[in-house]
Amino acid sequence: MSKKATLAREYVKGLWEQNAVFRQVLGMCPTLAVTVSAINGIAMALATTFVLVFSSVIISSIRKLIPSQVRIASYIVVIATFVTIVDLVMKAQFPELSKALGPYIPLIVVNCLILGRQEAFSSKNPVFRSFLDALGMGTGFLVALFLLGGIREIFGNRTLLGLQILPNFYEPWLVMILPAGAFLTLGLMMGFFNTMSQRKKRLEHQTIIQQHLKPQKPALASDGEAN
Amino acid sequence: MAATTTNPTYKLDLTSSPHVHSRWSTKQAMWMVVFALIPSIISAVVFFGFYQLLIIAVSVGFAVGTEAAIKAIRKRPITIMDGSGIITGLLLALILPPNFNLAFTAIGSVVAIGIGKEIFGGLGYNIFNPALVGRAFLQASFPVPMTTWTAPNYTVDAVTTATPLSAFKFDKVAADLSDLFIGNIGGSTGETSSIAVLIGGIVLIGAGVVNWRVPVSMIAGILVFGGIFYFIDPAAYPNPVFHLFAGGFLFGALFMATDWVTSPLTSKGMIIYGLGIALVLVIIRLFGGLPEGVMYAILFMNSFVPLINRYNRPRVFGEVTK
Repeated sequence: MSKKATLAREYVKGLWEQNAVFRQVLGMCPTLAVTVSAINGIAMALATTFVLVFSSVIISSIRKLIPSQVRIASYIVVIATFVTIVDLVMKAQFPELSKALGPYIPLIVVNCLILGRQEAFSSKNPVFRSFLDALGMGTGFLVALFLLGGIREIFGNRTLLGLQILPNFYEPWLVMILPAGAFLTLGLMMGFFNTMSQRKKRLEHQTIIQQHLKPQKPALASDGEAN
Repeated sequence: MAATTTNPTYKLDLTSSPHVHSRWSTKQAMWMVVFALIPSIISAVVFFGFYQLLIIAVSVGFAVGTEAAIKAIRKRPITIMDGSGIITGLLLALILPPNFNLAFTAIGSVVAIGIGKEIFGGLGYNIFNPALVGRAFLQASFPVPMTTWTAPNYTVDAVTTATPLSAFKFDKVAADLSDLFIGNIGGSTGETSSIAVLIGGIVLIGAGVVNWRVPVSMIAGILVFGGIFYFIDPAAYPNPVFHLFAGGFLFGALFMATDWVTSPLTSKGMIIYGLGIALVLVIIRLFGGLPEGVMYAILFMNSFVPLINRYNRPRVFGEVTK
């Protein structure tokens, strides 16, 4: 299946169709924990993307050398290397962000999104495809975390990326920046997206049925509409 | 196919067993609850002033409006006249602090119906008591207004006051039991007057609208669990009777925990559920960081209801016991 897919497809599928957060429900731990504000979400997603892209490329290039019995351990070694790089760079360059994200930067090493992509994709696909796949998944993760962090920041703190969005008479809903707010927002967003995609699917289905019914039996098609 | 289920003339009532036989239709029962809440509404007005009627109006208005709007968006028959939205709005208004901000009341009401009920599919499908979901949301969002207690009208000179529970928890001052019973204390508008709540509750139980097992097992539970701690150390832990009449316990026991949708189906299950609420409540009140925990105790046990139902299935007629 993946051999037939075009290169552009490998990138695009991670944005929406197989979005890590909304579709595959992977990487929930950082998603729920750090999205108190949009900037935290972006930083977390960028750090994850960096680790994901580099470890995908490395693992894809050595995929034929790794014995399958010890593949998980090998992936973890590669991933942990890049997580350490991210962790140390963030501590040195962005100490406030590093403090805000706390233990969730080192915890990228166990993010199932990263391990999942190695197991499902990089270990079976050539380097460039793995690179595009990782970049797409990372971008999808970034979009999801930005949306979640942005919504929570707007309602919980009146601001977006530190700029005040809502007027002063709006009383911030503290629940949105508490853990409960993360679950509420994520659940409502997933529900919304699922409803949208189901509606789209149903409409597509109906048009296909009508296209097939009309030329053969016009009477039956009108019957179907009445019901 | 989809049209047949939304067609109002197509009437086929499918319910899951056990089939409870009741004198009342859902609509009649809901209106009975509204009727039974009248004493509490009166006590709210008497002790905290006419502004409380405005809170009730806003809460009910937004609850019904949200329900109608969501039903309209989902293209389902609009069921606001079954009274359940009105009850949710009323209950929410009665468990808010006196003179609560009207905008916050509206938010709580929308959340109660939207997230507490309609998101699960409407009446009968919700896991948690909608009014308590609304209150929990407000409690987490606006902690300061939610714990600002206006003193009742008949106290000498105070604008704000502590509730008897927080007075006991933080200052070890026990309130006068007669004040607790009549309701001349700080607290949420509808729950301070135990006598008004009891009148409404007894009407409901007498009319067969709510099952007596839930409130009775809750009251027995709090007397027993509260009593155990009282006998261990009467100086550190309050009298079980104080537990009974303080805070929102009676209101919760009679109007919140008895919600048909979110309480167990079997008699044994109802008793387990009532005792569970009492136990969680005593733990929160005595050892938790909060002075009051009726809301969390009920929400907590709501989440156990499917489990309680599962392990208390009535035996099928003719089933052989092992």
